[in-house]
Amino acid sequence: MSRMPVNNLTGMARTRRPLTRPQRMTMVYGILCIVLMLVVLQLWLLTATMNAFLGGDSAVIWPAGGASAVCLLLNLGLLRYLYAIEHSTPEQ
Amino acid sequence: MSHHHPIVAPDKQPEDQQPQWRKDFPIEVAQDDYVARRDFTKFLVLISGGFVTGQVWIGMQNWLRARRGQPPVFRITSLDELAVAGTVTFKYPGPHDDCILVRPTADTLLAYGQKCTHLACPVIPDYEDKCFHCPAHHGVFEMSSGRAIAGPPRRPLSKITLQIRGGDVYATGVELSTV
Repeated sequence: MSRMPVNNLTGMARTRRPLTRPQRMTMVYGILCIVLMLVVLQLWLLTATMNAFLGGDSAVIWPAGGASAVCLLLNLGLLRYLYAIEHSTPEQ
Repeated sequence: MSHHHPIVAPDKQPEDQQPQWRKDFPIEVAQDDYVARRDFTKFLVLISGGFVTGQVWIGMQNWLRARRGQPPVFRITSLDELAVAGTVTFKYPGPHDDCILVRPTADTLLAYGQKCTHLACPVIPDYEDKCFHCPAHHGVFEMSSGRAIAGPPRRPLSKITLQIRGGDVYATGVELSTV
Protein backbone atom coordinates (compact mmCIF):
# COMPACT_ATOMS: atom_id res chain seq x y z
CA MET A 1 0.00 0.00 0.00
CA SER A 2 1.50 3.33 -0.98
CA ARG A 3 1.51 6.22 1.48
CA MET A 4 1.20 9.87 0.63
CA PRO A 5 4.18 11.96 1.77
CA VAL A 6 3.21 13.98 4.88
CA ASN A 7 4.43 17.41 5.85
CA ASN A 8 6.14 17.10 9.25
CA LEU A 9 4.98 20.52 10.46
CA THR A 10 1.32 20.52 9.48
CA GLY A 11 0.67 16.80 9.32
CA MET A 12 -1.16 17.42 6.04
CA ALA A 13 -0.62 15.39 2.93
CA ARG A 14 2.01 17.05 0.78
CA THR A 15 1.06 17.49 -2.83
CA ARG A 16 3.58 18.23 -5.50
CA ARG A 17 2.93 21.63 -7.00
CA PRO A 18 3.95 22.16 -10.58
CA LEU A 19 7.02 24.31 -11.02
CA THR A 20 6.45 27.85 -12.17
CA ARG A 21 8.39 29.24 -15.11
CA PRO A 22 10.67 31.40 -12.93
CA GLN A 23 11.51 28.27 -10.94
CA ARG A 24 12.25 26.35 -14.10
CA MET A 25 14.30 29.28 -15.38
CA THR A 26 16.42 29.19 -12.21
CA MET A 27 16.90 25.47 -12.63
CA VAL A 28 17.91 25.77 -16.27
CA TYR A 29 20.45 28.45 -15.32
CA GLY A 30 21.88 26.23 -12.58
CA ILE A 31 22.12 23.22 -14.89
CA LEU A 32 23.62 25.40 -17.64
CA CYS A 33 26.34 26.63 -15.25
CA ILE A 34 27.25 23.09 -14.15
CA VAL A 35 27.29 21.80 -17.75
CA LEU A 36 29.44 24.75 -18.83
CA MET A 37 31.98 24.06 -16.07
CA LEU A 38 32.12 20.38 -16.99
CA VAL A 39 32.63 21.23 -20.67
CA VAL A 40 35.48 23.62 -19.80
CA LEU A 41 37.02 20.84 -17.71
CA GLN A 42 36.71 18.49 -20.69
CA LEU A 43 38.36 21.04 -22.97
CA TRP A 44 41.28 21.29 -20.56
CA LEU A 45 41.49 17.48 -20.38
CA LEU A 46 41.53 17.22 -24.18
CA THR A 47 44.29 19.81 -24.66
CA ALA A 48 46.40 18.31 -21.85
CA THR A 49 45.94 14.81 -23.28
CA MET A 50 46.85 15.95 -26.78
CA ASN A 51 49.98 17.65 -25.42
CA ALA A 52 50.93 14.48 -23.55
CA PHE A 53 50.29 12.30 -26.62
CA LEU A 54 52.39 14.51 -28.89
CA GLY A 55 55.11 14.52 -26.24
CA GLY A 56 55.15 10.71 -26.20
CA ASP A 57 53.57 10.36 -22.76
CA SER A 58 50.85 7.74 -22.99
CA ALA A 59 50.23 7.20 -19.26
CA VAL A 60 47.55 9.89 -18.94
CA ILE A 61 45.58 9.18 -22.12
CA TRP A 62 43.06 6.59 -20.92
CA PRO A 63 42.56 8.01 -17.40
CA ALA A 64 41.87 11.42 -18.93
CA GLY A 65 39.52 9.79 -21.45
CA GLY A 66 37.68 8.11 -18.57
CA ALA A 67 37.36 11.40 -16.68
CA SER A 68 36.00 13.08 -19.81
CA ALA A 69 33.48 10.25 -20.28
CA VAL A 70 32.32 10.70 -16.66
CA CYS A 71 31.79 14.41 -17.39
CA LEU A 72 29.72 13.48 -20.45
CA LEU A 73 27.58 11.10 -18.39
CA LEU A 74 26.99 13.83 -15.80
CA ASN A 75 26.03 16.23 -18.59
CA LEU A 76 23.64 13.71 -20.12
CA GLY A 77 22.07 13.10 -16.71
CA LEU A 78 21.59 16.84 -16.17
CA LEU A 79 20.07 17.25 -19.63
CA ARG A 80 17.73 14.34 -18.99
CA TYR A 81 16.71 15.94 -15.69
CA LEU A 82 16.09 19.23 -17.48
CA TYR A 83 13.75 17.58 -19.97
CA ALA A 84 12.12 15.57 -17.19
CA ILE A 85 11.15 18.68 -15.19
CA GLU A 86 9.92 20.31 -18.38
CA HIS A 87 7.65 17.41 -19.28
CA SER A 88 6.35 16.98 -15.76
CA THR A 89 5.17 20.58 -15.43
CA PRO A 90 2.61 22.38 -17.54
CA GLU A 91 3.57 25.53 -19.36
CA GLN A 92 3.15 28.57 -17.11
CA MET B 1 4.78 21.83 -25.02
CA SER B 2 1.29 20.52 -25.49
CA HIS B 3 -0.47 23.00 -23.19
CA HIS B 4 -1.69 26.15 -24.79
CA HIS B 5 -1.97 29.36 -22.81
CA PRO B 6 -3.05 32.70 -24.21
CA ILE B 7 -0.11 35.01 -24.54
CA VAL B 8 -0.39 38.21 -22.55
CA ALA B 9 0.95 41.14 -24.56
CA PRO B 10 3.18 43.74 -22.87
CA ASP B 11 0.36 46.33 -23.08
CA LYS B 12 -2.07 43.80 -21.43
CA GLN B 13 -4.62 44.31 -24.20
CA PRO B 14 -6.56 41.30 -25.54
CA GLU B 15 -5.24 39.45 -28.54
CA ASP B 16 -7.77 40.84 -31.05
CA GLN B 17 -6.66 44.41 -30.23
CA GLN B 18 -3.00 43.69 -30.90
CA PRO B 19 -1.24 44.92 -34.04
CA GLN B 20 -0.93 42.50 -36.92
CA TRP B 21 2.81 41.98 -36.48
CA ARG B 22 2.26 40.73 -32.91
CA LYS B 23 -0.48 38.38 -34.07
CA ASP B 24 1.87 37.05 -36.76
CA PHE B 25 4.76 36.52 -34.34
CA PRO B 26 3.25 35.85 -30.94
CA ILE B 27 6.55 35.18 -29.19
CA GLU B 28 6.59 35.28 -25.45
CA VAL B 29 9.95 36.67 -24.38
CA ALA B 30 10.20 34.70 -21.12
CA GLN B 31 9.40 31.42 -22.88
CA ASP B 32 11.83 32.28 -25.65
CA ASP B 33 14.57 32.91 -23.06
CA TYR B 34 13.85 29.60 -21.39
CA VAL B 35 13.99 27.64 -24.66
CA ALA B 36 17.19 29.45 -25.72
CA ARG B 37 18.99 28.48 -22.51
CA ARG B 38 17.68 24.92 -22.62
CA ASP B 39 18.85 24.53 -26.22
CA PHE B 40 22.23 26.05 -25.38
CA THR B 41 22.58 23.45 -22.60
CA LYS B 42 21.70 20.76 -25.15
CA PHE B 43 24.34 22.12 -27.54
CA LEU B 44 26.95 22.09 -24.76
CA VAL B 45 26.17 18.43 -24.09
CA LEU B 46 26.77 17.78 -27.80
CA ILE B 47 30.14 19.54 -27.50
CA SER B 48 30.84 17.41 -24.43
CA GLY B 49 30.26 14.30 -26.56
CA GLY B 50 32.62 15.72 -29.17
CA PHE B 51 35.35 16.08 -26.55
CA VAL B 52 34.95 12.46 -25.48
CA THR B 53 35.18 11.42 -29.15
CA GLY B 54 38.43 13.40 -29.35
CA GLN B 55 39.78 11.62 -26.29
CA VAL B 56 38.94 8.23 -27.82
CA TRP B 57 40.61 9.27 -31.08
CA ILE B 58 43.81 10.19 -29.20
CA GLY B 59 43.65 6.82 -27.42
CA MET B 60 43.32 5.01 -30.76
CA GLN B 61 46.21 6.95 -32.26
CA ASN B 62 48.33 6.10 -29.23
CA TRP B 63 47.45 2.43 -29.60
CA LEU B 64 48.41 2.50 -33.30
CA ARG B 65 51.68 4.25 -32.48
CA ALA B 66 52.54 1.67 -29.81
CA ARG B 67 51.72 -1.12 -32.28
CA ARG B 68 54.09 0.30 -34.89
CA GLY B 69 56.96 0.12 -32.40
CA GLN B 70 60.37 1.68 -33.01
CA PRO B 71 61.02 2.75 -36.60
CA PRO B 72 63.66 0.97 -38.68
CA VAL B 73 67.24 2.20 -38.95
CA PHE B 74 67.61 4.65 -41.83
CA ARG B 75 70.78 5.92 -43.53
CA ILE B 76 70.69 9.72 -43.73
CA THR B 77 73.96 10.70 -45.36
CA SER B 78 77.70 10.17 -45.16
CA LEU B 79 79.82 12.25 -42.80
CA ASP B 80 81.86 13.58 -45.73
CA GLU B 81 78.77 15.12 -47.29
CA LEU B 82 77.93 17.09 -44.17
CA ALA B 83 80.27 20.01 -43.53
CA VAL B 84 80.51 21.83 -40.20
CA ALA B 85 77.56 24.27 -40.00
CA GLY B 86 75.96 22.30 -42.79
CA THR B 87 72.43 20.92 -42.87
CA VAL B 88 70.76 17.84 -44.31
CA THR B 89 67.02 17.37 -44.36
CA PHE B 90 65.44 13.94 -44.52
CA LYS B 91 62.13 12.15 -43.89
CA TYR B 92 61.97 9.89 -40.85
CA PRO B 93 60.27 7.67 -39.82
CA GLY B 94 57.43 8.27 -42.28
CA PRO B 95 57.39 10.03 -45.67
CA HIS B 96 55.67 13.06 -44.12
CA ASP B 97 57.94 13.42 -41.09
CA ASP B 98 60.45 16.10 -42.04
CA CYS B 99 63.68 16.01 -40.05
CA ILE B 100 66.86 18.02 -40.00
CA LEU B 101 70.44 16.93 -39.33
CA VAL B 102 72.89 19.59 -38.21
CA ARG B 103 76.61 19.64 -37.46
CA PRO B 104 77.39 22.59 -35.17
CA THR B 105 80.99 21.39 -34.60
CA ALA B 106 83.14 18.77 -36.27
CA ASP B 107 82.45 16.31 -33.43
CA THR B 108 78.77 17.02 -32.88
CA LEU B 109 75.87 15.67 -34.90
CA LEU B 110 72.30 16.45 -33.93
CA ALA B 111 69.01 15.57 -35.62
CA TYR B 112 65.49 16.73 -34.81
CA GLY B 113 62.05 16.66 -36.28
CA GLN B 114 61.82 19.82 -38.34
CA LYS B 115 58.21 20.60 -37.46
CA CYS B 116 57.83 23.32 -34.88
CA THR B 117 55.82 21.98 -31.92
CA HIS B 118 53.55 25.02 -32.09
CA LEU B 119 51.88 24.70 -35.49
CA ALA B 120 54.18 22.32 -37.41
CA CYS B 121 55.95 25.01 -39.48
CA PRO B 122 59.52 24.02 -40.47
CA VAL B 123 62.32 25.29 -38.21
CA ILE B 124 65.59 26.69 -39.56
CA PRO B 125 68.99 26.23 -37.89
CA ASP B 126 70.77 29.34 -36.70
CA TYR B 127 74.41 28.42 -36.05
CA GLU B 128 75.31 31.88 -34.83
CA ASP B 129 72.85 31.77 -31.93
CA LYS B 130 73.03 27.96 -31.59
CA CYS B 131 69.29 27.53 -31.96
CA PHE B 132 66.52 26.60 -34.34
CA HIS B 133 64.25 29.41 -35.35
CA CYS B 134 60.67 29.11 -36.54
CA PRO B 135 60.02 32.05 -38.88
CA ALA B 136 56.23 31.63 -38.77
CA HIS B 137 55.61 32.65 -35.15
CA HIS B 138 59.16 33.25 -33.88
CA GLY B 139 59.52 30.11 -31.82
CA VAL B 140 63.10 29.36 -30.77
CA PHE B 141 64.57 25.97 -29.81
CA GLU B 142 67.95 25.31 -28.25
CA MET B 143 70.18 23.53 -30.76
CA SER B 144 71.94 21.28 -28.24
CA SER B 145 68.76 19.82 -26.72
CA GLY B 146 65.80 20.84 -28.90
CA ARG B 147 64.19 22.50 -25.88
CA ALA B 148 61.75 25.34 -26.57
CA ILE B 149 63.29 28.53 -25.20
CA ALA B 150 61.19 31.32 -26.69
CA GLY B 151 57.96 32.02 -28.52
CA PRO B 152 54.71 30.06 -28.52
CA PRO B 153 55.99 26.43 -28.60
CA ARG B 154 56.06 24.62 -25.25
CA ARG B 155 57.23 21.13 -26.19
CA PRO B 156 60.76 20.41 -27.45
CA LEU B 157 61.46 19.25 -31.00
CA SER B 158 61.32 15.48 -31.41
CA LYS B 159 64.86 14.16 -31.15
CA ILE B 160 66.19 11.69 -33.71
CA THR B 161 68.72 9.29 -32.22
CA LEU B 162 71.79 8.83 -34.42
CA GLN B 163 74.50 6.28 -35.01
CA ILE B 164 77.65 6.58 -37.09
CA ARG B 165 78.73 3.40 -38.83
CA GLY B 166 81.56 3.30 -41.30
CA GLY B 167 81.44 6.99 -42.09
CA ASP B 168 77.66 7.05 -42.59
CA VAL B 169 75.08 8.68 -40.34
CA TYR B 170 72.02 6.59 -39.48
CA ALA B 171 68.75 7.52 -37.78
CA THR B 172 67.81 4.82 -35.26
CA GLY B 173 64.73 6.14 -33.50
CA VAL B 174 62.58 9.05 -32.37
CA GLU B 175 62.49 10.40 -28.83
CA LEU B 176 59.45 12.48 -27.85
CA SER B 177 59.21 14.59 -24.74
CA THR B 178 56.70 16.95 -23.16
CA VAL B 179 59.31 19.19 -21.49
